[in-house]
Amino acid sequence: MIKTLYELLLTGALCFYTLATVIFLVQFITLKKRMEKAATGILCAGLLFHTSAIAVRWAQAGHIPLVHMHESLSFLSIVIVAGFLLAQIKNRLKSLGAFVTPLASILLACALTQERTIVPLPPALQSIWLPIHATISIVAYAIFTISFLIAVMYLIQERQIKTKKLGGIFQRLPSLDGLDAILGRTLALGFAILTLGIITGSIWAEEAWGAYWSWDPKETWSLVTWLLYAAILHQRFTIGWRGRRAATMTIIAFLVLIFTFLGVNLLIPGEHSYATRLQ
Amino acid sequence: MPQDSSKPGILLLGVNHKTAEVGIRERLAMVNSDIPPLQFFSSLNVCDEVVFLSTCNRVEVIAVAPSIENAVAKIKLHWLEKSGLSLKDASNLYEHKADDAIRHLFRVASSLDSMVVGEPQILGQLKDAYKKADEAKTTGTILNRLMHKAFSVAKTIRTETRIASNAVSISYAAVELAKKIFGELKGKRAMLIGAGEMAELAAQHLMANGVSKLIVANRTLARAVELADKLHGKAVSLDEIPDALHEVDIVISSTGAPGYVITAEQVKKAMRPRKHNLLFLIDIAVPRDIEPNVNNIENVYLYDIDDLSGIVETNKAEREKEALKAERIVEAEVIKFISWLKCLDIVPLIQGIQNKAEETRLKELSRSQSALKGLTPEQLKAIDTLTRSLVQKLLHDPIVSLRKSHSEGEEQALALMDAASHLFKVNGSGK
Repeated sequence: MIKTLYELLLTGALCFYTLATVIFLVQFITLKKRMEKAATGILCAGLLFHTSAIAVRWAQAGHIPLVHMHESLSFLSIVIVAGFLLAQIKNRLKSLGAFVTPLASILLACALTQERTIVPLPPALQSIWLPIHATISIVAYAIFTISFLIAVMYLIQERQIKTKKLGGIFQRLPSLDGLDAILGRTLALGFAILTLGIITGSIWAEEAWGAYWSWDPKETWSLVTWLLYAAILHQRFTIGWRGRRAATMTIIAFLVLIFTFLGVNLLIPGEHSYATRLQ
Repeated sequence: MPQDSSKPGILLLGVNHKTAEVGIRERLAMVNSDIPPLQFFSSLNVCDEVVFLSTCNRVEVIAVAPSIENAVAKIKLHWLEKSGLSLKDASNLYEHKADDAIRHLFRVASSLDSMVVGEPQILGQLKDAYKKADEAKTTGTILNRLMHKAFSVAKTIRTETRIASNAVSISYAAVELAKKIFGELKGKRAMLIGAGEMAELAAQHLMANGVSKLIVANRTLARAVELADKLHGKAVSLDEIPDALHEVDIVISSTGAPGYVITAEQVKKAMRPRKHNLLFLIDIAVPRDIEPNVNNIENVYLYDIDDLSGIVETNKAEREKEALKAERIVEAEVIKFISWLKCLDIVPLIQGIQNKAEETRLKELSRSQSALKGLTPEQLKAIDTLTRSLVQKLLHDPIVSLRKSHSEGEEQALALMDAASHLFKVNGSGK
């Protein structure tokens, strides 16, 4: 039920995202140029609603709305959409919209199913580091989500070319090298930001609990994720790990990332309490 | 509705790759004629407007003539004669009149009549032909409109159907594939093994698409050097292929060698020094030059002649399907053009009505001459003015309506013109 302005805005954003998704998917089939422009415009409108919703929430709560699972999912969704739109300005990747928008819509829809009452911030979280650490981490997750989608596109296209099935899917996906180049760039950017996320987290940990690193499960799994991405990038730059293997590894690393983001909090109790509200 | 062929109209005479062999086509192109073709056709004094199109696959005269039959006969006779052909060669010529001529021109412009349906050059050639005619001032209202319409029909077909979107030759297919693997071909390096004609063609296409460096390998080095010079590449011997594999992105092989020129082992070894950069191999030799299981190596893609032919066949079938769509667009545009042509008759129609009114006025005046004898010159002049303005006032509204209807849409204009010519019993063509 929509009761507040916040919910109205957020639902509006979801409607726009869903509409954009539908148009991107139809465009994927029909390849009509004009549809892509329309879908991008609608997605921008959705982004505007979503931004307003988060601003309203921030004003109501008095702290950055990045504490619950509801807020985190919603924020992840908005960063993915914003990141996609930014990437489209610089170098347009054919058909990426048909992969990104469904996921962004699903994430926002999931966010809407979560408990979303505003609770007072526990003392441990009342710090300037909350907005910094949480924002940086989610941005890193969002970028890795996009690189995961690009890796999926790569694997599909690679299969088409390898098995010489040059039909509809082949024509609709970008070139292998084009996908691989952008995959490399998103991985490098995501990695840099994830590193920042872990550093800010440990500074905050020192401030809140007196230790930079205490092998809390979240910390441990973040480190595992970080090491995986580090390995992918290292191999890429030294021996030129690219193509299929790099794409497959990106997908595996992303699965670990999901576990770090959701799984750890659901299965193992720890300090990152935002997930405890997941129902 | 076919136009009456004794009326002025559009005609098109010509030959193409289907109707005449190259020997006849090149003569009709009038390249060595002492008088430029456009001047030649104008000097025949049978047509008002003329455009001359000459490409390697077709030679055509498009003209607007007061009498189609007369013009067709005369152009045919003099054109054959000027080209040093006899009248019995006339069987090679096709002649299209009125809407058939319009349809044919639209189909030519949209590359529906080409040897390779959908090839893009013909539109440019037609534009050049029109430019020449425009410069020689041999075009007028009708051909100007017709040619521009032909260009826009071609453009519509290009954007609304997928008639030209897929490669229909082996070398184009190879380039298309390379683009799907590498995206940009700018800065990529290619190696040509063997000096076959098809491989050379593919290499040329690759270079035209931005491939910057070319290595040519051949059994006899002299031939490799010769070809490398021609294509601005570097020549190597067959033994150097394994090393060359470290640095190239695309390999085209077409040797006559009985065994494999490139083995899977060699490619596997090359991948590490290549830093696993993608490698695209095209084997157009029979028997094959490249070991087939090279395709199983990661980041390596091998296509042989059958794979490429398969792509070409699929694309050709696709084009034929798209051509049907294109024909429908042509048909609709032909109908539109014909009704525009009919609207051109509005000027003669109005003229006809005015002439008839004036004739009637004068006739009636002369009939009343005896009764008006006693009048002074001033009075006579007043009567003349009176009758004149009476006629003008009566005709004013119908004529304005006719003129306006022209801008309100062709269908309406045609209906009104038909009604007017019935009511005033005036022939539309102004007789």
